[in-house]
Amino acid sequence: MSGGEGAVVALLVLAVGTYALRLTGPVLHGRVEIPVRVRELSAGAAVVLLVALLATGALTEDGGFAGWARPAGVLMGGVLAWRRAPFAVVVLGAAATTAGLRAMGVG
Amino acid sequence: MRSLHRTLQIHDPVLLRDISLVCAAGGVVGVSFGAISVAGGLPVWVPVVMSLVVYAGAAQFSAVGILLAGGGPLAAAATGLLLNTRNAAFSLAVADVLGPGRLARFVGAHLVTDETAAFALAQRDPERRRVAFWVSGLGLFTVWNVCVLAGALAGTALGDTATYGLDAAFPAVLAALALPALRDRPPVRRAALLGAAVALAATAVTPTGVPVLLALAGLAVWRAS
Repeated sequence: MSGGEGAVVALLVLAVGTYALRLTGPVLHGRVEIPVRVRELSAGAAVVLLVALLATGALTEDGGFAGWARPAGVLMGGVLAWRRAPFAVVVLGAAATTAGLRAMGVG
Repeated sequence: MRSLHRTLQIHDPVLLRDISLVCAAGGVVGVSFGAISVAGGLPVWVPVVMSLVVYAGAAQFSAVGILLAGGGPLAAAATGLLLNTRNAAFSLAVADVLGPGRLARFVGAHLVTDETAAFALAQRDPERRRVAFWVSGLGLFTVWNVCVLAGALAGTALGDTATYGLDAAFPAVLAALALPALRDRPPVRRAALLGAAVALAATAVTPTGVPVLLALAGLAVWRAS
């Protein structure tokens, strides 16, 4: 893919928008009280988005099934995270599992 | 800057060790991000500049993932921004930690991440919060960007990152980030599971980037408890 103009647009919108979101606290500090309900809903929405990204990223590619090796690796990472393994162990464990399965010929 | 200088003099080996560990883990993720982006076909400058100006791991991964999958730039940006809305909540939480000066506020705002907020809020007094925020913030920013650059430069040499299982690394990162909330909060868990089911069902019939946004429908079963 070219990765040129599309990437520039995505990058600019994402950078400006993200910085604006991060300025919310310092700018509003001491001026406005954000309702607890709004804060909780935004925290809940973030988790829903993360899990949806996790599920689609683990199982699908181009609208189809991604094969068994990747979800197996993600599952390993999930189990490690559930058992409170360090972050680096989670990431490397997931990648190593998927790489190992592919080396053995699993798609 | 004087207060920053003073804060760096506080000696806290446990805090420094924890911050170092998180920096190291972030470095691994940064190398993966750079490598995946470039191996997927993006020019080296895209992941490098994105890491400097966006500086939000999950949003960067999702934006690049959508771009590489052929999704539109606006879908990529919108998904990343939705993921980053939580930074608004975090910035409110650490607003009084950044410091009084205008410069500290504007620079500090850019360093607001899941990790810096968590480190800052875990400290017991204001001075330690400030130390934890700035040390973890500056450390993570430096390590993240150096490692993304290294990964991007290595990306072309790595060839097909699928061989190394790097495509499984990002969902695993998300699992690690989302698990604490899922473990402790059943209402969020229900909403997340429903949302994930909606997103998976939608992948076959909607353009890239849309399924994840549709997952927000899962919030319909969510009630603040």
